[in-house]
Amino acid sequence: MSARDPRRDPRALRVVPPAGQSAWLTLLIAGAMAFLCVFALALSVAADRLAARWGEALSRTATVRISAPATQMDEQTAIVLEVLRTTPGVASARVIPVEEQGALLEPWFGPDLPLDLLALPRLVEVTEAPEGFDSMGLRLRLAAEAPGAVLDDHTRWRRPLVEAAARLRALAALSMALIGGATAAMVTLAASASLAANAQVIGVLRLVGARDRFIARAFVRRFTLRALIGAAFGTAAGMGALLAMPDAGESGGLLSGLGFAGLEWLYPLAVPPLAAVVAWAATRAAAFRVLRGVT
Amino acid sequence: MIELETVAHGYDGAELFSDVTLQLGDGSFHFLTGPSGAGKTTLLRLCYGELVPARGSIRFFGQERRDLGRDGLALARQRIGVVHQDCQFLDHLSLRDNVALPLIAGERPVPDQDVDDLMAWVGLEGHAQALPPTLSGGERQRAALARAVITSPAVLLADEPTGNLDWEMSVRLLSLLIELNRMGTAVLIATHDLNLIRTTKPQVSARVLRIAGRKLQLAGAEL
Ligand SMILES: Nc1ncnc2c1ncn2[C@@H]1O[C@H](COP(=O)(O)OP(=O)(O)O)[C@@H](O)[C@H]1O
Ligand SMILES: [Mg+2]
Repeated sequence: MSARDPRRDPRALRVVPPAGQSAWLTLLIAGAMAFLCVFALALSVAADRLAARWGEALSRTATVRISAPATQMDEQTAIVLEVLRTTPGVASARVIPVEEQGALLEPWFGPDLPLDLLALPRLVEVTEAPEGFDSMGLRLRLAAEAPGAVLDDHTRWRRPLVEAAARLRALAALSMALIGGATAAMVTLAASASLAANAQVIGVLRLVGARDRFIARAFVRRFTLRALIGAAFGTAAGMGALLAMPDAGESGGLLSGLGFAGLEWLYPLAVPPLAAVVAWAATRAAAFRVLRGVT
Repeated sequence: MIELETVAHGYDGAELFSDVTLQLGDGSFHFLTGPSGAGKTTLLRLCYGELVPARGSIRFFGQERRDLGRDGLALARQRIGVVHQDCQFLDHLSLRDNVALPLIAGERPVPDQDVDDLMAWVGLEGHAQALPPTLSGGERQRAALARAVITSPAVLLADEPTGNLDWEMSVRLLSLLIELNRMGTAVLIATHDLNLIRTTKPQVSARVLRIAGRKLQLAGAEL
């Protein structure tokens, strides 16, 4: 007599006939949703990184722009530098040389710009100390001592940018939640279809003394496995697509940031197990709901 | 083992029978007769818990039906073998897996040799891998009996088990049931075949019940 461990008996899995459509449907749904989820995840990571970069880089520096007649330019520049030197919270101040200004303008006007013929304002780069300076006070002192100087501390446009990045991140998180919800709904639908198609099988199993959890297990196992496999393919495809994104370079902004760096590549690996958990819970709930209607 | 007390049941408000009191005790043997449509199948379905009685109470192995949870009912069913009138096979499984189904579904080990012996016992050793729909009615009914006894149940309920069998096979199948009963299994057979009952009576002390006039009666010597 050869008795196997009943829980490992392959026959326990075969009691429900192999399904046709719902199997493919689940694989496809899980794959597509995982693919989308990888992109939402990448977007979230990128937005996070951008917010951090902008927030940090922009808040550390400010610019003083001096517009004055050529005769007063050097004088006013000296006054500005003196004011900045005595302002608490300013780590350093540096006049940006004309050639550097030229480099800044080059992308727009080309290399042959006759800088000496243009009445360019002079720029002073201010680097903030960690404790920060009082920009309102500095602005008043500059207005009093060097009328041609204007402080541009970037806060005007820094805040909306950082806010936009945070919003982008929230949208990415919302997308992932929606993807999870949609996956649960669609797996529920596919599982319900499979349960309905196998109503006779479920009835017979109950009649011969199967407990609910045995019957549920046959369905749950399948759908969980399908979701896992489908999501694994979808995730691999999504990661591949991100890897294959052409490098947009430094000027690419958000585009160049879309993707994972270093250990961040581990994040999308959580997508298939999460898909499996979603499918497991959805199928289990659907199975027990159906079983309640069977004596 | 299975006790019915003043049970009444019917469909759509019309009562098929009422005040049914019945005890299927250890080693008992009952026949259940009555005209077609009298409610024999219904009474059997009450006896394995597929139906909940409209009135009265049913006890399985000492426990009230309504106190058993869903798992409790499943465990009680694992101790009750049933030969359904329509066999209730899973058509995508081989006959052999269908016979072993109560063990598989009950998450119990499947002793392969025992399953083969049982298939041989009902004369189906050559059909182990056949799918149920490819078999004749008689073969299916014998397989259904094999499935009903695979768990060595305490109680065996059979609904018209000889309905599709010729006389010779019917007698053989009945002698299998008598053999089981001698080993201690309580047996209840629903049948309208009075000849079968007459042939069996000398071999076993069976009680013959009849549903008539919406009551369950003990049939007397008129058989
Ligand atoms: N699920 C059901 N719904 C409604 N009526 C039913 C149902 N099952 C059986 N009946 C009716 O109950 C009566 C008894 O049926 P049944 O118990 O199968 O009788 P028997 O097995 O003695 O022939 C029949 O008239 C049948 O039509
Ligand atoms: Mg009947």
